[in-house]
Amino acid sequence: MSFTDILTVLLLLAGASFFLAGTVGLLRFPDVYTRLHALTKADNLGLGLMLAGLALQAESWTVVARLLLIWVLILLASSSVAHLVVRTAQQKGIRPWKR
Amino acid sequence: METLTLLSWAFDVTLGLTLMWLAWRALASEDLFKGIVLFIAFGLLMALAWVRLDAPDIALAEAAIGAGLTGALLLGALAKLEAGAESRSRRSEILPRPADKTKVFSGLLVFLLLALVVMLVYAIVKLPPLASGLSAQVAENITASGVSNPVTATLLNFRAYDTLLEMAVLLLAVLGIRSLAVVQEPRGREPGAVLDMLSHLLVPLLILVSGYLLWVGSYAAGGAFQAGAVLAATGVLLLLTGWLPGAWFVGWPLRFLLIFGLAVFVAVTLVLQLFGASFLEFPPSLAGSLILLIEVAAALSIGVTLTALFLGGRPQPEPPSSGRAEKRNTSGTQPS
Amino acid sequence: MSSDLFYALTGASLFTLGLYALIKHAHILRKILAINVMGSGVFLLLVALAAGGQQAFDPVPHAMVITGIVVAISATALALALMLRLREASGLAVLPDTSPEELSEQLPEAPSDVASKNNGKNA
Repeated sequence: MSFTDILTVLLLLAGASFFLAGTVGLLRFPDVYTRLHALTKADNLGLGLMLAGLALQAESWTVVARLLLIWVLILLASSSVAHLVVRTAQQKGIRPWKR
Repeated sequence: METLTLLSWAFDVTLGLTLMWLAWRALASEDLFKGIVLFIAFGLLMALAWVRLDAPDIALAEAAIGAGLTGALLLGALAKLEAGAESRSRRSEILPRPADKTKVFSGLLVFLLLALVVMLVYAIVKLPPLASGLSAQVAENITASGVSNPVTATLLNFRAYDTLLEMAVLLLAVLGIRSLAVVQEPRGREPGAVLDMLSHLLVPLLILVSGYLLWVGSYAAGGAFQAGAVLAATGVLLLLTGWLPGAWFVGWPLRFLLIFGLAVFVAVTLVLQLFGASFLEFPPSLAGSLILLIEVAAALSIGVTLTALFLGGRPQPEPPSSGRAEKRNTSGTQPS
Repeated sequence: MSSDLFYALTGASLFTLGLYALIKHAHILRKILAINVMGSGVFLLLVALAAGGQQAFDPVPHAMVITGIVVAISATALALALMLRLREASGLAVLPDTSPEELSEQLPEAPSDVASKNNGKNA
């Protein structure tokens, strides 16, 4: 196992743990705003780590560019969707959780 | 690689059981909203199962259409259902049945379905192994089809009539919906600075991705349906952010785009028939460019059609008349 | 037992699960979900059986399933529009087993024609 392989495994594991944290937050947090906070932040970082791990294994630079494009697309899409969800929640009059 | 096969087995079994559990919860949960969200999760895991079955083309279509757009459709319909009378729709969900009838009926039903499962499992296990299927024929003729992705070749050349009729089905669905409901355009929903900026970045990028999927479909996973689904996702995003097509668009331009794919498909086959080809037969020298032409038209039409399905009715540019709005209002408040 | 066979069995179970829910639930939205689950089961069965024991994959069932997914969303969209239209006309989005008279007794303030029929009978 070469050095890049080990680095890939570490990056993938780190990414997976962020996904796990985000999912736990989605299930355990009290309201829509905190849930979205957990989901968007942890998952985007986890995805970035995973894609970085995969990019180390890529055969050519075009594959790396495509992986990067995937990340940028998902960042933009998830922030748009999160904004839409929060806006709808506010319009419905859901108050943020306070305690 | 003993451990690797064991790991992939563990993955397959976990995925299969999770699929069963999600489907069960989606169909049995009390709350319809929860059921729909679980159904979307089910669709995404189905996409993972397609990848495990070496079917990346289906995985793309399932994730975009089966999970994403179907989920958006279901959530939109649920919102409309609950907008009218919330208390009533919740209550009708738990419509009581006569108790004694229910018990006998459920027992019989469970028995029959268990028998069905046993028979299906027996049939599947006892099925003789498939000799060859059609993969050899497809591989033999792939050079004459004009593309090198066998799935695209099957969809647009060998079994082009499937795709032709499928475009007709999409058109029929949209015609049915347009004749069933009228959608008043929501007024005055400003996107706001954040969404405005994000959609300005995202929409051109999504159109680019759609074009890429269309192009790559000739030699790898992708194609007209996947590209059309991404276009439809763009359309749904624009509708949700409050972008509205102008009144000029919902008339003839929209109708033209809805029939564009089917019309190009039919026109190509008719012209070829004039030159002596049989129905839906593409000459090998022209097949590549003809398939690309049909796919571009089909992707545009599929994108617009799926967006129109999400809209859920014939768009009406005029502001709603006061009588209709009042009627809605009273029916919403009366039941309580 | 190969993993293809396992997915084929999963597909058969999903189909049966969907069929049970389709018969059991009265709400139309739930029935539409059930039909979609049944469809997914059929697609899974089709592709998994075609993949069984082969080296090269068979593209024909793949193409058919992609077609099927698009047809399924068309049918779902049309069914949802019909459901909303039925709700507009009758006030309910269910397909009940009971007759309209029994239904109106269970839902005393159900609107429009069902309720008015009930009132007429009482008077």
